Amino acid sequence: MSLIGARVLRKEDPNLITGRGQFVDDLAPAGMVVMVFVTSTEPHSRIVGIDTSEALALPGVLAVWTAADLDGLPPLGLPGLGRPLLATDVVRFVGEPVAVVVAEDKYLAADAAGLVLVDYESLPAAASLTAALADGAPALHEVLGGNTVFEQPFDDDLAVEFAAAPHTASLHIVNNRCAAVPIEPNACLADWGPSGLTLWATFQAPHHLRNTVATYFGIPQDTTRVVTPDVGGGFGAKINFVPEYFLACALSRLLARPVKYTQTRSECQLLMYHGRAQEQDVDVAFDGDGKLLALRVRVTQDQGAYPDPTGMGLPVLTTAMSAGCYKIPKVAVSWRNVVTNTTPVAAYRGAGRPEASYLIERIIDIVADQTGVDAVEVRRRNYIPADEFPYATHSPLAVYDSGNFAGAMDELLTLFDYDGLKAEQARRRDDASKKLIGIGFSSWLEIAAFGPPGSLEAFGHLASWESVQIRVQPDGSAIIYTGASPHGQGTVTTFAQIAAGELGIPFEKISVRHGDTATIPQGIGTMGSRATAVGGEGVRTASVRVVERAKAIAAHLLEANPSDIVLEGDGFAVNGTPSRTVPWSEVAWKSFRPLEIPPETEPGSLDITVFQQVPNFSFPSGAYCCTVEIDRGTGEIEITGMYLVDDCGTVINPLLAEGQVHGGVAQGIAQALYEGITYDSNGLPQNSTLMDYLIPAASDLPDYTCGRTNTPTPNNTLGAKGIGESGSVGAPPAVVNAVVDALSHLGVKHLDMPITPIAVWNVLKGAQ
Amino acid sequence: MIPASFDYLEASSVDHAIALFAEHGDAKFLAGGHSLVPMMKLRLVSPSVLIDIGRLAELSYIDDRGDHVAVGALTRHRELEDSSLLAEQIGLLAHVAGQVGDPQVRNRGTIGGSLVHGDPAADLPAASLALRASMVITGAAGQRVVPAVDFFVNFLETAVGDGELLTEIRFPKRTGTRWAYQKFNRRAMDYAIVAVAVQLGDNPGIALVNMGPTPHFAVAASAALAAGAPASKIADAVLEGTGAWDDSNATREYREHLARELTTRALAKAGYTS
Ligand SMILES: Cc1cc2nc3c(=O)[nH]c(=O)nc-3n(C[C@H](O)[C@H](O)[C@H](O)COP(=O)(O)OP(=O)(O)OC[C@H]3O[C@@H](n4cnc5c(N)ncnc54)[C@H](O)[C@@H]3O)c2cc1C
Repeated sequence: MSLIGARVLRKEDPNLITGRGQFVDDLAPAGMVVMVFVTSTEPHSRIVGIDTSEALALPGVLAVWTAADLDGLPPLGLPGLGRPLLATDVVRFVGEPVAVVVAEDKYLAADAAGLVLVDYESLPAAASLTAALADGAPALHEVLGGNTVFEQPFDDDLAVEFAAAPHTASLHIVNNRCAAVPIEPNACLADWGPSGLTLWATFQAPHHLRNTVATYFGIPQDTTRVVTPDVGGGFGAKINFVPEYFLACALSRLLARPVKYTQTRSECQLLMYHGRAQEQDVDVAFDGDGKLLALRVRVTQDQGAYPDPTGMGLPVLTTAMSAGCYKIPKVAVSWRNVVTNTTPVAAYRGAGRPEASYLIERIIDIVADQTGVDAVEVRRRNYIPADEFPYATHSPLAVYDSGNFAGAMDELLTLFDYDGLKAEQARRRDDASKKLIGIGFSSWLEIAAFGPPGSLEAFGHLASWESVQIRVQPDGSAIIYTGASPHGQGTVTTFAQIAAGELGIPFEKISVRHGDTATIPQGIGTMGSRATAVGGEGVRTASVRVVERAKAIAAHLLEANPSDIVLEGDGFAVNGTPSRTVPWSEVAWKSFRPLEIPPETEPGSLDITVFQQVPNFSFPSGAYCCTVEIDRGTGEIEITGMYLVDDCGTVINPLLAEGQVHGGVAQGIAQALYEGITYDSNGLPQNSTLMDYLIPAASDLPDYTCGRTNTPTPNNTLGAKGIGESGSVGAPPAVVNAVVDALSHLGVKHLDMPITPIAVWNVLKGAQ
Repeated sequence: MIPASFDYLEASSVDHAIALFAEHGDAKFLAGGHSLVPMMKLRLVSPSVLIDIGRLAELSYIDDRGDHVAVGALTRHRELEDSSLLAEQIGLLAHVAGQVGDPQVRNRGTIGGSLVHGDPAADLPAASLALRASMVITGAAGQRVVPAVDFFVNFLETAVGDGELLTEIRFPKRTGTRWAYQKFNRRAMDYAIVAVAVQLGDNPGIALVNMGPTPHFAVAASAALAAGAPASKIADAVLEGTGAWDDSNATREYREHLARELTTRALAKAGYTS
C-alpha cells in the first residue's frame, strides 16, 4: 500500500525526544583531547607577534599552533584567495582563528587560549560593501587590486527599453546578513590512528568531506572515514570547508590522540559562515496597467573576508531567479562579488533565491503602488500562464519545469477575506485610536532539486546524482542506505514511506541509514532541497528493481511466470490466483539460499544500488500572504495572519512538508523583522551573541494557515519538487510588503530588513 | 563560554553562608544563577568561590504579616507568579514575576538574586520600587532594613555590601489594589527595552525599567500621581531624573517616547482617573 501522502509520524523522533540522539559532542573516545581557537578581536590587522609561551607552560596543554606551524597545510578555497587554516600575517575578520590550542580538557583549553597573547597592528578596515568599493578603500587581498573578486557585466543594459518605457521605478535593496544559528554549533572529532583517519563531523555532505579531507592530506579514501551522526540543523552553513576540520585531523595525527572541537554559541555566530549579505539595484519598466516591460538587476554580493565557492555562486542563483513568477519581455542581470572585513558568506536556507524573490516581490508592490492597480491584480497580469511550461527564462540555468501561479493565488484568497480586510484597513487609517493594518503578498518561486548533471559540480561536488542502496534482509525487512545526509529533514521517514509502497514491505520494517562513508555508497548530501526529489526518486527506482528481482524468485517458488507475479498482502501472489501466494519473508530468506532460487539467479540479489540522476531542477512555488497590525504609539509590528499556499508537487508526508514550511517561514519572518548581523564602521560585530542577535521563539511567531496546490514536476516519477527552503524564500517579501502596505498612506515605499519597531516609529513620528 | 575555575561550597543556613563568605573573601553567593552564571561564562566576573544559597528553604516563603507581605529572598519568580496571596494583596508583584524571561528562567531565578543583581533592565526591581518595598539585609553585624528607593545605588550595585545577604523583601499592603505593568520588548522572552510599573492606591508609585543606570523610581511622576494630577501631566513628569541611552534596540529619544507612552497606557490600564 502506498504511503505517499500519509501523515506518518517521524521514525527519528523517539530517539531525539528521549535524549538518545547522538551528536558529535556526545562522543568521547578514550584518550580524547580538546581543541579550541584563539580568535581575532580585530577586523583587519597585521599580526606583529604571537606569544604562546604562557599557554604552552600550562600543565595539561599539549599543543599551541599558529600560522608558523602550518607547514604542509595549505589554504582552503579559491586558488590565490584561499583561506589559511590560521590567519597568516594578517587577520581579516573578527573571529578569524589566529591560533589553536589543544589540552587535556575543555576547561584547560579555554584557560590556555586566554593566555595566548597576540600583538596586532591595526589596518584600516572595509566592513561594508560601500566601504570596500569606495575609492582608495583598504584592500583585503593584494592580488585582487581592489576588493572585487569577480564581476559579470550586463550583456545589454536595456537602456533603449527603459528610455522608451511609459513608467519606470528603481529600488536599492539591502538583503540583510543573517546567521544560520543551527541548534548544534559546529563540531568535529578527528581520530587519526595507524589504520586510518576517522572524522566525526556535524556536516551535510559526509562523502564530500571525506573526499576533500583525503585529497587535502594526500591519503587514500578507503582508510579515510567521515561520520555525520545526528546533526542538529545545518541550513546550508554546514557544507563549507572550514579550518577546524583540517586542523583537528592534523593535530590528531601529530598527537596520536582523538581531538575534539566544539564551537561555543558565541563563536558560532562569528565563525560559521553567514548568509544573504547582498545589495541590489533594481530598475523596472512598466505600463499604466501594471504590465512589466523590462527588469534590470544588479547584484553586489558581500563575500566576507575570504570568497567561498558557494558564496561566489549566490548571486548567480539570485540573478537567475530575478524574474520570479512573471513573464517579463526583457530582463538584464549583472553581478559582482566583493570581499569585506567580515565573516565569510555562503549558503543559508534558500541561498540566493530568497534574495531573488524578495527583490521581484518588492518591485511588484512598487509597481502596484505607482499604478494604483491592486497588488494581487498586478501579479495576475504578469504571471507566466500555466500552459507555458517548461518556461525558458532569461537565464539558461532556470528553465521552469511546471507551475500554476494563478492557481496558487486563487487558493490563497480562499484562506482569508481579502476584500473585508482591505475595507477594515481603510477604516482604521481614519481612526487614530486603532492600530494600522497591512496586507502583504508574495508569489514566489525557487530552484530546488539540485541534481541535474553539472549543477553541484559547479560548487565542487563530485557529481549531482544521489546514491541509494536497498538491501533486503533475510527476514524480509529492508535497509536503505543513502548518500543524502539529513540533519532534521525527516528523510528516514519519507524514504521509508516511498519504499514501503513500492516494495510492499511494511513501513515499520524499513530502516534508513546515512551519514557514514564506511557503510554508505558514495553519496552527495543534503542541500538545495534535493533529498526527496533526487534521493527519494532513487529510492523508488531501487525499489522497483528489487521487486523485479524478488518477483523472479517468487515465480520460481510458486512455479509461475514472473510476469504473472504481483505484490499482494504481505508478499507475492500469482495474478488472478489469489490462493497461490508466498510471503516476503520467505522470498527474502530464500533469496540467499542457492538451492532455492532460480539457477540463473545469484544469491543475495535483492541488493540494489542506484545513482539517481534527474534531468532538470524543479521549481517549487507558492503564494503567501502576511497581515500585520502596527501600534501607532510604539511602532510594534504584530503578525496577525500568515496564509501559506505551497506547491511542491507531490507531497510525500504532509506533516513533514508543513514542518519544513513552518520552519522556513519562521526563518523568513526572522529575517524580515528580527535578525541581521551588523558591523560598525570599524568592522566590529554589533550583535554576535544570542543576547543581541534576536531569533524569534515560538511565542513570537503567529499561527500559520496552510493551503496547498499540486503541480507535479515532470523531472521525477514521484512528481515531488522539494520544499526545504520554500518558507524562507516566500516569507520575507510577504512580511515586508505587509509592513510597507500598512504605512503606505504615509508615503512609505520601502523599508530595509529587519524592520524593527524603532524603524516603524521613526516613520510614524515623521508623519505626525 | 567557559568560566574560569572556581570552588563550590554549599551553605546550610543564612549564618553559615555569611560565615563562609567571611572565611573566603573572593566569593559570590549563588542563588538561581541566572544572572551570575552567564556573567561568569563571559568571564565578566571570576570569583574564586561560589557559595550556593539556592537550597536555603528558610529563605523561601511568602507570608502574610498583617500590614505587609514578606517574601523570602530565595523565592523563585514562578512561586511569586503562582501565589494566590500575592494575587490578592500585591497583584503587581505576581504579575511582573510572570513577565520575567521564559518559564525556565522563572523556575530558577529568585527575587533576591534579581534585586541584588540590580540590573536596570530587570522587571522585579521596578515592581519593588513602585510598590515601595523595603529590603531586609543580613550580615555578620545583624540586620538592617533599607527602603527600595535607597537600595539601587549604581549600575549593578545595590545597598547589599560584600558578604551580606538580602534575606527578605517586605511589600506594604494598601487600600487600592489597582496597578498595571507595561513592558515593551521585541521578543516575549526578552528583558524590556522600556517598561513602566504603576501602583495606584494610598502611597502610589511609578517606576521605570531601562531608563538609566539603575532601576528608576519616578519621583516627580509618583508625586503627581499622589496629587491626582491628570494622566498627561504624570506622563510628562515621568522622564524627570532619567538617563536613557542608545543601544542596538533603541535610541534615547525612542526610549523616552516609550516611557511616556507606556506610562499613559499603564495609567489607563490601571483605571486611573484624576
Ligand atoms: C534567558 C534569561 C532571560 C532573562 N530574562 C529576564 C527578564 O526578562 N527580566 C528580568 O528581570 N530578568 C531576566 N532574567 C534574569 C533572571 O530574572 C535572574 O534570575 C535574576 O536576575 C537573578 O536571580 P538569580 O536567583 O538567578 O541570581 P544569581 O544569578 O544567582 O545571582 C545574581 C547576583 O545576586 C547575588 N545574590 C543572589 N541572591 C542573593 C542574596 N539573597 N543576597 C545577596 N546576594 C545575592 C549573587 O551573588 C549575584 O551577584 C533572565 C535571565 C536569563 C538567563
